[in-house]
Formats: sequence, structure tokens, C-alpha cells
Amino acid sequence: MSQSFILIPGRTSKQGCGISEGKDGDGYQGEINTLQVAPEDMERLGLAEGDQVRVRNEHGQIELPIKAAKGGELPPGLLFIAYGDLSCRLMGGDTHGSGMPTSKGMDVELEKI
Amino acid sequence: MATASDNAGTELKIVEDATCTFCGCVCDDIELKVEGHTIKEAKRACVLGKAWFLNHDIEPGPSCRIDSQPATVEEGIERAARILTDAKYPIIYGLSDSPCEAQRKAVSIADWIGGTVDTTTSVCHGPSGMAFQGVGEVTCTLGEVLNRGDMIMFWGSNPAESHPRHFTKYSLMPKGLFTPNGRKDRTCVIVDVRKTKSAKAADIFIQIKPRKDFEALWTLRALARGIELDPELVESETGTPLAQWQELMDKMKASKFGVIFFGMGLTMTRGKHCNSEALLALTRDMNAHTRFVAKPNRGHGNVTGADNVVSWRTGYPFGVSLTRGYPRFNPGEYTTADTLSQREADAALIVASDPMANFPQPAREHLASIPYIALDPKETPTTKSAAVSFTVATYGINTTGTVYRMDDVPIPLRPAFESPHPSDYDVLSALEKRVKELKAQQFAAHN
Repeated sequence: MSQSFILIPGRTSKQGCGISEGKDGDGYQGEINTLQVAPEDMERLGLAEGDQVRVRNEHGQIELPIKAAKGGELPPGLLFIAYGDLSCRLMGGDTHGSGMPTSKGMDVELEKI
Repeated sequence: MATASDNAGTELKIVEDATCTFCGCVCDDIELKVEGHTIKEAKRACVLGKAWFLNHDIEPGPSCRIDSQPATVEEGIERAARILTDAKYPIIYGLSDSPCEAQRKAVSIADWIGGTVDTTTSVCHGPSGMAFQGVGEVTCTLGEVLNRGDMIMFWGSNPAESHPRHFTKYSLMPKGLFTPNGRKDRTCVIVDVRKTKSAKAADIFIQIKPRKDFEALWTLRALARGIELDPELVESETGTPLAQWQELMDKMKASKFGVIFFGMGLTMTRGKHCNSEALLALTRDMNAHTRFVAKPNRGHGNVTGADNVVSWRTGYPFGVSLTRGYPRFNPGEYTTADTLSQREADAALIVASDPMANFPQPAREHLASIPYIALDPKETPTTKSAAVSFTVATYGINTTGTVYRMDDVPIPLRPAFESPHPSDYDVLSALEKRVKELKAQQFAAHN
């Protein structure tokens, strides 16, 4: 059964370095293709590090592995992913008159595959 | 610049005060050790700067490809000029990792072809650009922050990962004229929906509810004016007790020189320009009590230069249409996420940016369906699908020029070694020349 979350895509150091090292490289690809989940949510949903999940909203869906957010970085209910191809697949084209697609704070549904 | 030879006879070159153009900090105190076409060491650079300098050698392969096949630069210019002059709604996008001199050329091309010109600002601090026009900007340079700032706030920004030298070079650690004890003279406040890596640097960390920046900022605006608020409502809306907001406001009022650096946590989240407006208005309000300024933390190395150049040339910073022969500004219509997602653009010139890697899916699908030209030092998802792609020299590493730091201070580039590839300026200058010729022919044929 899917669970509702708010997804925050954002910058990370590894993703930033990967831009210079090459976007086809393992560093960049690994960073943008992994979802961070709060440990409390992982426990609640019976998820383990490396499990594949499906994340979807009205704009699209992605499938990717998860890892636990470290250092209390995420409160329960929030997901994090580094900016990249997968986060773009959940962004709509409408900018609501701003020029800026809604790229953070997106409502999504998550389920274990 | 000094040169020497090592034991093997390879010429070593030291470039002093090189400028890092990876992020908007534009650190210009980097010392590079260069051997031939490789930078071996980048002293004082952060983790992002080191990755930038150490991974930009000379790209193998031709300087131009047409439909993925090697071509001469001249052939590429001809094909690119025809794509742009034959189009009904051509767009120009990117520019934020290119020097000001090349940006000027791109705006000229937009003028000649009657297209739109937009920069990565529109998907970065474009909403803040709108807010500046609505509220105004109480601002200062990073030098003033260093010398005077005793209340340093970060809102929706994670410089520990996006601008790693921000704390040490500009905002928290340095000892300044009126902050002789450096970090000890400053209070650092971080407001975010996540406990980011930057939070470790904070004296006060406030974790607000997601998508409640606007409400939190207006709470502070009310407290700045001494307006009584309902504690229950404030906590349920912002996730933070009113007493904690009041304590923060008391410290803000007691400071001598407050700074709020803000990031895309505000501009990319629901509310967008309204969030930035709220923060700028709070900053303005605080000046009734003490000196307070606000600065957007800018991402790309010369995104601030792009704002400046497009403003000089058109009167507006981004999202400008020149289709009627005079500039019109309308974010949400002439911005690239819109012209692509609404399937309006029928050709594009993409300079130093990668929309195929970071735009919404509908925009990417449309870009892939139209002919476009891409300029980039490296192969990217955008260059791979381009009708014409130019591999260009890397600004700051191979080329001279001017960039603007995030506080609008212009800084010169000091290149490390030459590239066999043309610069953005070279390609755009040649493209402008050919576009002018073709437009003159079109005009003559119709008159």
C-alpha cells in the first residue's frame, strides 16, 4: 500500500562534484538515483537500505533504491533526492506564472516494489 | 603567473589568484598547479572547486557535431544560423556558465532573430528577481558581510553543500573590521525544512513545516512590528512555537548588522516569488530597528552576470521576449520551462546549461522534438540530442572574461591553459555575424 510523503529534491556535494566529473559517471548517477528516507519511516514501513520503491505523483513515476537519511537530516514524512533526471520526472510543466516549475515540496506516494 | 620545469622536463605553471566559476561564491584566491593541459592541484578550492578544476582537461573529439556527426565549426555555424533564422519562435537559454562578453553576444542574437532570451535564473532565483521588482532589495556586498555582519541567517539554503566556502571565506568565520573575533562575533541562524549539513554551523536552528516559509516569514514580520499573534495558530502553521520566533526576533532587533541569505528552498517551493517577497519585506521592515540586508545565494558561476548583462541589454533580467522588436518581460510566458512545456518554441540555442538533465519532463520532451544548438565544454544529455553541438573551451580555465559574484561584484578570469576548442564568445560572435547576413537576405527578399 502506498504512503503519502513530501519530496524535497536538492543539491548535494556529491551531485555537484559529479557535474564536473561527468554526468555518466558512477558518482553522479549513484547520487541522483537514490532516495533518502527518514529512519523512522523506514522502520514504520518495514523498509531496508537498498530496497526498491516506486514514487509517483500526477506528473510521473520513478523507481529507485532507498537509503536512510543520516544525522537526523529528514523528519518523518519527508523524502529527499538529489536533483537529476529522476526528480525531473516528477515535475510538472506548469510554472503558475512564475517561470519556475514546482521543484521542491512535492506531494508524492511511495510504495515498496 | 610563474613557470618552472620538473625533473622530467614537463613545464609546470602556477596560476595565482585563479577564479573558480563553479558556484556563485566565485572564489578568486585559488592557486593552480598546471602541467600541460591538466590542472594537478587547486589550492584553497573547496570540494566543488577541486572537482571543477581537476576535471576540465581538453575534451577529446571535434569542436562541432551536426546530427551527432563530426563537422567543422564553420559548417556548424552555418547550420545553426539557418535553424535560428528559419524558426518562427526561437528561444535562447542558459548563459549562466559563460562569461559576460559571450552573454552579450547571445542577447544580440536574440534581438536579431526576434526570439526570447532567458537564463538559468528562471529556474533558480527567478522568483526572487520578480520579488526584487515588487519589494526592492536592501543589499550589500559579501565584503560588508565579512566586515560588519553579526547576525547571519540562512533561509532555505544549504551552503555547506552548495557553496562550501561561504562560511569560511565570507559569512561566518572571517575576522572583519567590526567583527574582529570572527565566528565569536556572529550569531548564525538557519531556517529550513530539513536538518541539513549546514545546520551544524548554526547557533539557532529552526526546523519549519514544509511549504510554510511564507507563514513563518509573515510571523516574523508581525513580530517585527509588535503585532500580537495567536500562539496556537503560529505553532500549528509553522511547526515552531511563537516563543521561539519571538526569541529570534529579539536577537534580530538586537543585532548591529543582520544578513539573510536565502536559497531555492524559498523559490522552488509553492509560493515561489511570494516567499521571496515575504523575506525581502521582512528585511525591509527590520531596517526600522537596525541594519538588515538580504542576499540570494546564487548557484552558477556567472548567473549573476547573466542577470546583469540581460538587464543592461533589455531592461529586464531574464524571461525576455524580443519577438516584437522591443523587449517584453513576463515570467511564466517567456521563461524557458514555459516556452518548452507549452510546446511554443520551434528552435533553441542552449548555451552552457543542461535543460535535458534538469527540466520538467514535458519541457524535455518538447526540446527533444525541435532542432536546437548546444554549446558546452562537456558532453551532456543536452548536447547529445542537439542538431548542432559545439564543444567549447571552459570559461575561467581556458578563457579570459568577466564574471559576477553573487553580490554583483565583477571579477576577472585568469585561465590556466589554452584549449583547441573555440570559446562561447568565438562561437556566438560567428553565429551573430551569420545570423545578421541571413536576416538581411530575408529582409531583402520580402521588400
